Amino acid sequence: MTTATTGSSYPPTRRRRRPWPLGRPRPTGVGAQRSRRIGFLVALLVLLALAVLASIAVGAKPIPLGSVWDALWSPTPTEDNLVVRTLRLPRTVLGIQVGIALGVAGALMQGHTRNPLAEPGLLGVSAGSAFFVVLGIFAFGVTSLYGYVWFSFAGAFVASVAVFLLGSLGRGGPTPVTLALAGVAVSYLLRGLTSAVVLSDTATLDAYRFWDVGSLAGRDVAIAGQITPFLLVGLLLAAINGPGLNLLALGEDVARGLGQNVTLTRWTGLVAITLLTGAAVAACGPIAFVGLVVAHLARFYTGPDYRWLLPAAGLAGAVLLLVADVVGRVVARPGELPVGIVLAFIGAPFFVALVRRRTMVRL
Amino acid sequence: MTEQRPAAERPEVRLRASELRLGYGDSIVIDGLDVDVLDGTVTAVIGPNGCGKSTLLRALARLLPARHGEVLLDGKRIDRYPSREVARMLGVLPQTPVAPDGLTVADLVARGRHPHQTWYRQWSGDDETAVAEALRWTGMSEFAERTVDTLSGGQRQRVWISMALAQGTEILLLDEPTTFLDLAHQVDVLDLVERLHREMRRTVVMVLHDLNLAARYAGRLIAMRDGRIVADGRPEEVLTTELLRTVFELDAQVITDPVAGTPLVVPVGRRHRGAAPTTTAAAQRA
Amino acid sequence: MTGQGLNPGGGPGHPRAAGSGRGGTAAVPGRAAIRVGGFSGVWRPRLVGMTLVGVALVVLVAAVNIGRGDFPISIGDVLAALVGGGDRAQRFIVLELRLPRTLTGVLVGAALGLAGALTQSVTRNPLASPDLLGVTAGASATAVTVIALGGGSGAAVGVLASFGVPLAALLGGLLAAAVVYGLAYRRGVVGDRMVLVGVGVNAVAVGITSWLLVVANINQAAQATVWLTGSLNASGWAQVVPVGVALAVLVPTALLLAFGLGALQLGDDTASALGLRVNRSRVALGLVGMTLAAVAAACAGPIGFVALVVPQVCLRMVRSASPPLLTSAVYGALLTVAADLIARTALPRELPVGIITAVLGTPYLLYLLSRRNRGVTI
Repeated sequence: MTTATTGSSYPPTRRRRRPWPLGRPRPTGVGAQRSRRIGFLVALLVLLALAVLASIAVGAKPIPLGSVWDALWSPTPTEDNLVVRTLRLPRTVLGIQVGIALGVAGALMQGHTRNPLAEPGLLGVSAGSAFFVVLGIFAFGVTSLYGYVWFSFAGAFVASVAVFLLGSLGRGGPTPVTLALAGVAVSYLLRGLTSAVVLSDTATLDAYRFWDVGSLAGRDVAIAGQITPFLLVGLLLAAINGPGLNLLALGEDVARGLGQNVTLTRWTGLVAITLLTGAAVAACGPIAFVGLVVAHLARFYTGPDYRWLLPAAGLAGAVLLLVADVVGRVVARPGELPVGIVLAFIGAPFFVALVRRRTMVRL
Repeated sequence: MTEQRPAAERPEVRLRASELRLGYGDSIVIDGLDVDVLDGTVTAVIGPNGCGKSTLLRALARLLPARHGEVLLDGKRIDRYPSREVARMLGVLPQTPVAPDGLTVADLVARGRHPHQTWYRQWSGDDETAVAEALRWTGMSEFAERTVDTLSGGQRQRVWISMALAQGTEILLLDEPTTFLDLAHQVDVLDLVERLHREMRRTVVMVLHDLNLAARYAGRLIAMRDGRIVADGRPEEVLTTELLRTVFELDAQVITDPVAGTPLVVPVGRRHRGAAPTTTAAAQRA
Repeated sequence: MTGQGLNPGGGPGHPRAAGSGRGGTAAVPGRAAIRVGGFSGVWRPRLVGMTLVGVALVVLVAAVNIGRGDFPISIGDVLAALVGGGDRAQRFIVLELRLPRTLTGVLVGAALGLAGALTQSVTRNPLASPDLLGVTAGASATAVTVIALGGGSGAAVGVLASFGVPLAALLGGLLAAAVVYGLAYRRGVVGDRMVLVGVGVNAVAVGITSWLLVVANINQAAQATVWLTGSLNASGWAQVVPVGVALAVLVPTALLLAFGLGALQLGDDTASALGLRVNRSRVALGLVGMTLAAVAAACAGPIGFVALVVPQVCLRMVRSASPPLLTSAVYGALLTVAADLIARTALPRELPVGIITAVLGTPYLLYLLSRRNRGVTI
């Protein structure tokens, strides 16, 4: 009868690191896991580079890879160069930013709610941002991104709090099901209210409907630069939040017993989610499913350690968004399918498969 | 309450499982198991966690379809009966029963009459009588209008047993009826079950965690491990030091319960290992 | 059968009033019986009372709603006209011009209330509602498809608008329901899984709708958006008849199937043990609920929150353990007609009724939040 276990044992023993290959070899569990994680991150970076290339090269007017390099560096204003520099490059950069933001926000939400179905799009946080942005633009006449991005943050914050509170009804706190439903209910309400504001005149409806579908196309070039500071702060907060989330995954009581300041951790996470989602929505409109898909895929390789999971989810989010954008450009030539739609068609089957595969337990 | 058939009219073997294979998803929990449940007996199924005792009970209760083999209820395959007929013969209390908030005790017990009702006859005189009797018998009559969520664990369990009682079945299957209850309530619930057996000739099969309570309240113990029946018989025969070691990996002594006279399991544990072995008499003197 | 001695008060044909709390004439306190002929049931005075009050309120609010317009008619005259009295001009206005709209509101509201009660009972979740589980979104997607792709470059008019769009919505709603069930089925339909699959289907349908709004020209997009907010504006007898027929068929079906709901509330295992065919029951009840929601969406566009809010409010009002079906239908009708009245009178410009129900729904959600730890399971 063996009782060997990896990881914890009681009474707790200190794992002494012996330099390898001298002394006894390192326990294979930890070492193999670390190299798997690093390998995964490297693979993601490679994929990202490929996705960037594809994003620049592919489109209504395909540009051969040779001229891509040329276009990036040479100052000659040929048509190809213009397309690359003024359209494709900003769009790609935006895609990377929004992808990272949504990926990290999704992983954070899953960590804080311990719900495998949590993500900004599904839980109504994006809808909250969208509603407040619409209010800002159309009711208050705010037109610059630096103006309405604050509305976006307010909306993301309010919706996050509402969904979490609503989802904690019933005994035992929020189950994955209740939280998902709460999110849909909040989204539904917000969409209804948004429609109400938007119906007031045709011009606003016209502008709104293009924004609502979630797209990287047609965005002002300056936006990518404008959201960068908010994204950086959000990512910093997320990185700080990582270790705290690892403890919170054991339950609030256990985390407190281990000396964690639970309230501070929660608020840091909430602010990070607000900044990341708010910035992403302000730039590109509400996009769903990115956080859900990449957080799950990343977790498969990195395990539940948030210090690794958050960067992996971010990178994977960027890859996914760029790939979806490229697919959108290719599939509906000469037109374009907005990235939000492509993601709905990728993400929803993933979601359903996830739900069918196993019982939804807390993370 | 439905009349009890005299013993002569009832078949001797109420439930029979033969070559039963059961599992969840891709894993097989029980493979090739045979067991008979005789009329008018109280059987307790014991075993370590994950041995398959709840799985077996669920199969007997028709809650889990068999991958292979069959379960016979009164000689006929249990899945060939119409559901309502099975519900009139077999009462089941699952492990964590769920009741909506705001449901009163009387309403919950009344649900037990479901197999006897139809959509136009939802509260007949017989139903009313059965429910009133069930509440009186378990001593919950004065709680009839309280909601279930305001009751304590022990009271709640009694209400669920009332429901099974109102159902009027001759066979009762209970899946861990005493888990999450404190000792006083555990004994209370089991006393109730024992009265059911004694006064109303119900056949009871229950899954229990506590070996000592199982020994005291059951006439037959079935010990399982890894999906197989390892021992089957009277408590005195089944609860031996040897068996406890093989089935439960438990180092223990078995003495006689001074109150009931049934076997009492006394675990040794690490601290007392190597102490001078005490005889039964010496332990009772201490 | 023995034991009849415990049946106090009377034999068959004697409906008895509740006698609980006063040394009770009922053998089981709190469950007085009502027995007529072969029929027997539990007498629930609060439920019956509240439902009747609801019916009275519906009639009243509907009368007020009918009375409003360019040619105001008092409530008394409206009621008279409805039963065939009153003067000819008023009778014409009431019956031919105004009644269809209000009647559609009543029927659609009833369908939604009942649909919500059924869905919440079947999934055992107070937040479940066909609006959120893909049916309404599916109906919206197909309706918007017809609006966006039909009718050339102008808005969809005529036959297409009055017939094609609702039909498309109905088919879309039913298709969504079928997809949800189909995907949720895996050796039986578990409540939780059905809800989650519904959420996924909902997301896809919403995505498709958003995209269609982009693809269409501005006129079609505007018309689609109006449809999407849910309005009783264009309701005539063409809307009343389908909803009426659907209710006439589905309400009795629901009440019949509701017999199994009592057992279903206790969890799948216990329900099975009580002899209920759990999967069959759940699928049937769920489908009835979803069909009702699809019909309602087809007739008046997606009117949100009625199906979500009304059953829970009724549950508390009546103090039952699960959403009462008929009461939810009645109060669903009340909410819709009241919302329509507000939509028509609150602002100089008429609003779609869906916006009012959304606005009314928000305080309810907030109220739920404020009660959060009191346990709101059904």
